[in-house]
Amino acid sequence: MTSLTDLTLAEARDGLRAKKFSAAELARAHVDAMIAARPLNAFISETPVIAKAMADESDKRIARGDARPLEGLPLAIKDLFCTKGVRTTAASHILEPFVPTYESTVTQKLWNDGAVMLGKVNLDEFAMGSSNETSYFGPVENPWRKPGDNKSRVPGGSSGGSAAAVSARFALAATGTDTGGSIRQPAAFCGIVGIKPTYGRCSRFGIVAFASSLDQAGPMTRTVKDAAIMLRSMCGFDPKDSTSVDMAVPDFEKALTGNIRGLKVGIPEEYRVDGMPKEIEAIWTKGAEWLKAAGAILKPVKLPLTKYALPTYYIVAPAECSSNLARYDGVRFGLREKGEDLTAMYEGTRASGFGREVRRRILIGTYVLSAGYYDAYYLKAQRVRTLIARDFENAFKEVDVLLTPTAPSSAFARGEKTADPIAMYLNDVFTVPASLAGLPGISVPAGLSSDGLPLGLQLIGRAYDEETVLRTAGVLEQAANFTAKPQTWWKQ
Amino acid sequence: MALDKATVTKIARLARVRVAESDKDGLAGELSGILAFIEQLNEIDTKGVEPMTSVVAMPLPRREDKVTDGGKQDDILANAPEKTAGFFTIPKVIE
Amino acid sequence: MTAPTPALLKGATGDWELIIGLEVHAQVTSNSKLFSGASTEFGAEPNTQVSLIDAAFPGMLPVINAFVVEQAVRTGLGLNAQINLRSVFDRKNYFYPDLPAGYQISQYKQPIVGEGIVTVELRDGSVREVGIERLHLEQDAGKSLHDQHPKLTYVDLNRAGVALMEIVSKPDLRSGEEAGEYVKKLRTILRYLGTCDGNMEQGSLRCDVNVSVRKPGAPLGTRCEIKNVNSVRFLQQAVDFESRRQIEELEAGRAIKQETRLYDANTGETRSMRSKEEAHDYRYFPDPDLLPLELTPDFVARIKASLPELPDAKAARLEKELGIAPYQARVLVMEKESADYFEAFVAAVQKRTGKAQKDIGQDCANVVVTELFGALNKDSKSIESSPISPTALAGLQALKMDGTISGPTAKKVFEEMYATGKDASAIVEEKGLRQVSDTGALEAMVDKVITENPKQVEQFRGGKETVITFFVGQIMKASRGTANPAMVTELLKKKLAK
Ligand SMILES: [Mg+2]
Ligand SMILES: [Zn+2]
Repeated sequence: MTSLTDLTLAEARDGLRAKKFSAAELARAHVDAMIAARPLNAFISETPVIAKAMADESDKRIARGDARPLEGLPLAIKDLFCTKGVRTTAASHILEPFVPTYESTVTQKLWNDGAVMLGKVNLDEFAMGSSNETSYFGPVENPWRKPGDNKSRVPGGSSGGSAAAVSARFALAATGTDTGGSIRQPAAFCGIVGIKPTYGRCSRFGIVAFASSLDQAGPMTRTVKDAAIMLRSMCGFDPKDSTSVDMAVPDFEKALTGNIRGLKVGIPEEYRVDGMPKEIEAIWTKGAEWLKAAGAILKPVKLPLTKYALPTYYIVAPAECSSNLARYDGVRFGLREKGEDLTAMYEGTRASGFGREVRRRILIGTYVLSAGYYDAYYLKAQRVRTLIARDFENAFKEVDVLLTPTAPSSAFARGEKTADPIAMYLNDVFTVPASLAGLPGISVPAGLSSDGLPLGLQLIGRAYDEETVLRTAGVLEQAANFTAKPQTWWKQ
Repeated sequence: MALDKATVTKIARLARVRVAESDKDGLAGELSGILAFIEQLNEIDTKGVEPMTSVVAMPLPRREDKVTDGGKQDDILANAPEKTAGFFTIPKVIE
Repeated sequence: MTAPTPALLKGATGDWELIIGLEVHAQVTSNSKLFSGASTEFGAEPNTQVSLIDAAFPGMLPVINAFVVEQAVRTGLGLNAQINLRSVFDRKNYFYPDLPAGYQISQYKQPIVGEGIVTVELRDGSVREVGIERLHLEQDAGKSLHDQHPKLTYVDLNRAGVALMEIVSKPDLRSGEEAGEYVKKLRTILRYLGTCDGNMEQGSLRCDVNVSVRKPGAPLGTRCEIKNVNSVRFLQQAVDFESRRQIEELEAGRAIKQETRLYDANTGETRSMRSKEEAHDYRYFPDPDLLPLELTPDFVARIKASLPELPDAKAARLEKELGIAPYQARVLVMEKESADYFEAFVAAVQKRTGKAQKDIGQDCANVVVTELFGALNKDSKSIESSPISPTALAGLQALKMDGTISGPTAKKVFEEMYATGKDASAIVEEKGLRQVSDTGALEAMVDKVITENPKQVEQFRGGKETVITFFVGQIMKASRGTANPAMVTELLKKKLAK
């Protein structure tokens, strides 16, 4: 029998129901793996006691024949979701002591469906970053390394801890959040599946906000089927979020028919950017061929504003973040640095509480909203955003789904891009456009680079059409047959 | 547009983030680099284009006017760095 | 619109014209807050009426109160204003300890209500139309208490997030009196609409006043904004002080600095606010947690159809249909409760006497304005705590009208009712105050008074006819006011002429 931590979410679910093992055993196996994997620095807070209690409750339920959809399945939760009674830090010094008295809607839905919490995983501070190097609690190691090379690779970000936990098999699955690619890019870097649903599908209530018009939660799993199962539990209308969509949640698992005959797949030419590594182009071409072989019709499409998505994003997201992060002022919760007067307290608290990247984005956001610059930057960006969304609308008149690479490279070495913010931002060049338009996007592991690191492909769908995205992803997954696993170097 | 030290001082003050004098030049450089990057948008003609106010095409949901919350002073103050007699406390504000 | 009559101020260098605009923050009457389900009740223990949303905890999101939207539309309609079918909520960013999120959700470029008009009557009877620039919805801040501790400020968030309507007037006001009358009128309208309780002591209605001066006909001068003006009396004082200050500055050759000033009720003066000196840059932008607020014409029409009769319309109707004098009509409608009382009173009198309202209106108005309001004023009582109900007062009025008691007796009975809360007819019976209209009984009284006062009879017959009032007075006194004065006069004339 495969070890319990090697099971997929679906296999573990079915195994629990068939009483092949207990939820307590499943939880213990994952807790043990989690402890063994501490060198990865994936967790900010481990919650083994809670995991045990939840698993015991699941075993009772299973014994009663009363199992819920995710009964007994151990998950890692990105430390951006507020969890009642469990410290929630957003990987920031400023929230280091913060213990919410409330639960985020998404995690509450997971618990209501029987899932088990292993702990809170690391991320870029306030989800700002693409390499998990901005966390106050230190960087996360990518479980993947080049064979024969012990240099640390970044797991991607911001959901780097989530990706590492799932990839290294000490969580069956994890929650992530995606503002400009924070689920999809780390999924690609760590060789797992990550889906960002349509904006409005998952409630933002109780998730520490970064950029409100872009933030979306989503699952990070090892298979497309697992993503479908978990997404169904995470989605749904929430009256506590005014941007939550009141729409029935489909049974996403049922969408995975494996049949994409006649499906029109768009290949956006503008995603073939300058300096893109050959192997990224190669895997993209391969992905297109796989889909074609499965009966899809490939069509080139135009998304002319693609190159402007990133600069647009780097106006809109910092602007919203500068305002969203104003509440961290040392008055009601979190860190307070003493000061002789109120201004000194504010400025000291926020200078020492926020890391450099967060401060940089707050300052840029403050600048683009300030008097005299609002029209030139913020308003301009919101107009371009309208045009970018329109590009997608036009493309989706001709095709059903778009295929692109997820990221312009495989996982890079730690420290490689920290000195140059723009080089770091360019990581999200393929994921940001769909974020700006609010569209669903998934990253599926498609193969390995020549030096043995995972590469991902992205599928982007119409708004609220996660079913087509998942169905296509399932076909891609099957064709790619990605079975590689990271070496467990951290266990030595 | 390049951002100078005085502007860094001004926006840092607006954002209530203390920036060490010695860090201002470096920060001005970094921020100017980002501005140069985002100013690519000037290449696009956006005349007559409505700015996006929301990605969700739906009406603003409205809730009923009922008292459904409150009465949780303990929760409100649970994480307070300093509190007294049901109040948050802060260094004195001089008006 | 009526051109304002410039009420000029005398300065050393000649006349000055005063220009005033007001921003009124009116707390919307609602059970719960604008974006959270916490209560709006006044005076609770600190931080007990606070939701995690109001305190801006991480991950908290606003959801708008449907009733507050209705209230804003209702108010807009009551101010004869344009209702904007699409409005947008913006964030106004600034740091202050009683502003938990670091921004106030407000409406900046696209408010829910646009231009409107309020009609204001001045003491001299003239009428002024004051333009409304806009009305928008926004959140109230919490409360900072600076006087509880030598080194600390205390923060209570009970008020944070309560819905406010900011009603901005055009700079159409020209004197402290006008500004005061405008606020009173606005308050009356809001109270009629039920959209704000208008309680200035509790801060439900707060004014920021923009004041500038100029030489008549010159372009607008630099204005100062005065904060913290929380009564009509203070408003007038603040305007008086500030206009004199500005004139003195200008006449001394100094320029007015555009600034925010604080009114100090203890000294009656305004002073520059130190903390506001730093130039503000609010970095407004549309709140991404909310979508634009869209209203349908049907929704607006439905609210319009449900509007109550407003004070101007009511006063006009009282004048036209009940024949009430304009001044009294205005006094009656000033408070909705007074108008309600009066209308209930007239209806009850009509029911008892079967007379048309037009025929009884003015007399009823006299009773309410002179007798009742007079008595209540003396005791500083509001109409709601009147010891005499409209029906009880109608009982008294009916007795007077059908001749059961005389006018002077009615006044006495009123006083007794006011003091004891007793019914009019009970008092009349108990004290034997029925008016005597029986000719036989009256003749006896007349004969008696003629016999007892031969000197005055001589005077009358000698041509001094005014002495008849002496006889009437004697009889009224002897009868404790119960004698029917008209009949007594008739009888006296007849008998004295003999
Ligand atoms: Mg204002
Ligand atoms: Zn205001």
